Order: sequence, then C-alpha cells, then structure tokens
Amino acid sequence: MSTLCVAVWRGQESGRFQEFDVPRRESQTVLDVVTYIQRSLDPTLAYRFACRVGMCGSCAMTVNGRARWTCRTHVDKVGESGRLEIAPLHNLPVVRDLVTDMTDFFDKWARARGQFQGGTTRKDEFARVAPDSPARRLADAAIECIGCGVCYSACDVVAWNPAYLGPAALNRAWTLMNDARDTGNRARLAAVAGDAGCHACHTHMSCSERCPKQIAPTASIAGLKRATIAAALRGDLGDG
Amino acid sequence: MSDERLSVRTQVLLWTAQRASAAVLAICVVVHLATIIYAVRNGLSAAEILGRTRGNAAWAAFYTLFVAAIAVHAPIGLRTILAETFSWRGRALDITVLAVALTLAMWGFRAVYAVLI
Repeated sequence: MSTLCVAVWRGQESGRFQEFDVPRRESQTVLDVVTYIQRSLDPTLAYRFACRVGMCGSCAMTVNGRARWTCRTHVDKVGESGRLEIAPLHNLPVVRDLVTDMTDFFDKWARARGQFQGGTTRKDEFARVAPDSPARRLADAAIECIGCGVCYSACDVVAWNPAYLGPAALNRAWTLMNDARDTGNRARLAAVAGDAGCHACHTHMSCSERCPKQIAPTASIAGLKRATIAAALRGDLGDG
Repeated sequence: MSDERLSVRTQVLLWTAQRASAAVLAICVVVHLATIIYAVRNGLSAAEILGRTRGNAAWAAFYTLFVAAIAVHAPIGLRTILAETFSWRGRALDITVLAVALTLAMWGFRAVYAVLI
C-alpha cells in the first residue's frame, strides 16, 4: 500500500506545518486523510466537519493552496504528486490547527441584512411567486449557498479590505433583493453599497471559480451594483 | 487613520463616476495614441505638438474632455489602491486624492489652454 505525505498546519496564526504519512486508499477524500491523522496518528489535531457529504459546509480548508470542501475533494484530484498540504481557510482567524473562527464571516451576513424580512402575518394569503419569473430565476441562481466560507477565503479583496462584506454575504443579500415577499430592500441596499460593500469587488471572480456549489457571487454582486447605483442616482440610498 | 467616512451615497457616486470616466477614457486614449503615432514627425516636443494643434477648437474640445476624464478617473482609483495597499482610509485620504484630482486638472487644462490661444 502506498503512502501519502501530508503537511498539516499546527498552531494558530503563528505555527508550522507538521508532516504525517497516511496510507493511500481507494476513493479517499481529503477529509478521510485528516480524520485518519486525528484518529490514528495525533488525537490533538483540531479540525471541523459534520455531514461528510457536502451538505453542511463545515469542513472547508485550504488544500494545496486552494480553498475546498475536504469531504468532496478526492485525493486523486489533488494529490497526484503523493503530497498534500492542508491549512485552515484564509482570511479568517485561526482558532487552532485547521479550525477557523467564522464569527466575522457570519456577522457580515447580518451586516448585509441577510435576514428575511417579511411584511405579512399568518392571517394573510400565501405569496404566489411564479417559478419562471425573472426575479425568482435570479434568486434561484444564488440561493443554494450553504455558508462554507470557500468564496470568502478565496477573495483577495477580503484580504486587502477587512471591512469588505465578502462574496457570500453579498450573494445572500442579492437573493433577498429578488424575493418578492421581502420588505427590507431599501435598508439592505444602503447596507451593501459603498467601500465596504459591493463596490469594493474587483471582479477577480475567484469566488465564482472556487464555489463548490457553482454559484456565481460575482454575478450577484454585479446585480447589487446596478441596483445601488440606480438608488443612489434617485437619491434613495441613505446610510445603512 | 481617521474614522470620518464619506456617505454611502457619495461612495457609490464616486464608483459610478470612475466607471463612466473609464468609458470616456477608453475612446480618448485610443484616439490620443493613434494621433501621436500618425502625427509626430520630429520627436515628441511641446513645440511640435502645439505647432500642429494650436487654434484648433476641435482638438481643444477633445483634450478638455480627456483631461476631465483623467482628473475624475485617476484619483478615485488611487483612493482604492492606497486604501487596499496601506490600509489608509478616512478624511485625510479623501483630501489627499482631491488634491491629486485638482493638480491633474490644473496641469491638464493648462496644456489645453495653450492649444486654445
């Protein structure tokens, strides 16, 4: 049985890579590799996972320099050289080893007004949204985000501008902008505009390239830019 | 670093102005470069350029537009570059890039004035 040389980040913001030899197995994922290290080689290794099948978004790490879901990344695809380097996600504080603190990431969803804000009560009729309406199609294109943080980790602008809301929060805001039932769009537009919002995006498209769900946050951000410019020209963009 | 920020609306309008001026510059730069390549005969000197353009209202109008687009476009871009590279944000940065805008406009319109008279 062949072995894989795996360098794993140990420590916090400062630390070092520690090397482990892991048996190579058929259909082995990077999460399998990390789990093997923790269960068989070093039980002090800290990492985060839950569902193992690409539904929860909690196992994202930097694998050979790229942010990925480790549960859906086969070693076959990334470890041809017989070597893997596994590090925590970029652009987030490291709690320990491979675990990052996602607080900033999710606080920015709240700051982008990513909460649904309805305007009806249980006594009102259900809203009828035609599945093929333009707004519903735009919402559909962006709605499958599970908040894994891969796009946020891949974004250069987040690294350069710590206040930047980031692709995931802006993508969430865009789905709500296209939700016919939501009543919070005026305040939402003000919250997502400007130097820390959608206008900070340089359209590098790393988020769209790396998103494991094939969502294009860049397109969502472009939609927000159009909507906020229209509001600013109307004089309808107060400070959020 | 100062915490005084421009209003969100102003930030958005600056971004819009930069994109609009970029569209103008895309045309102006092509015309400018093509004209240089076509027209320059004896080196790129002020005398050479003014000898061919002086008194021509069309060129004066073209370069007035060109200078205005530069004076809008460059400082807004510089503001972002300085913020992202040096984490410099706030009132001092905004005043600095406004000074850059005024300087660029002054130099540019001075050259255009020389074409006009």
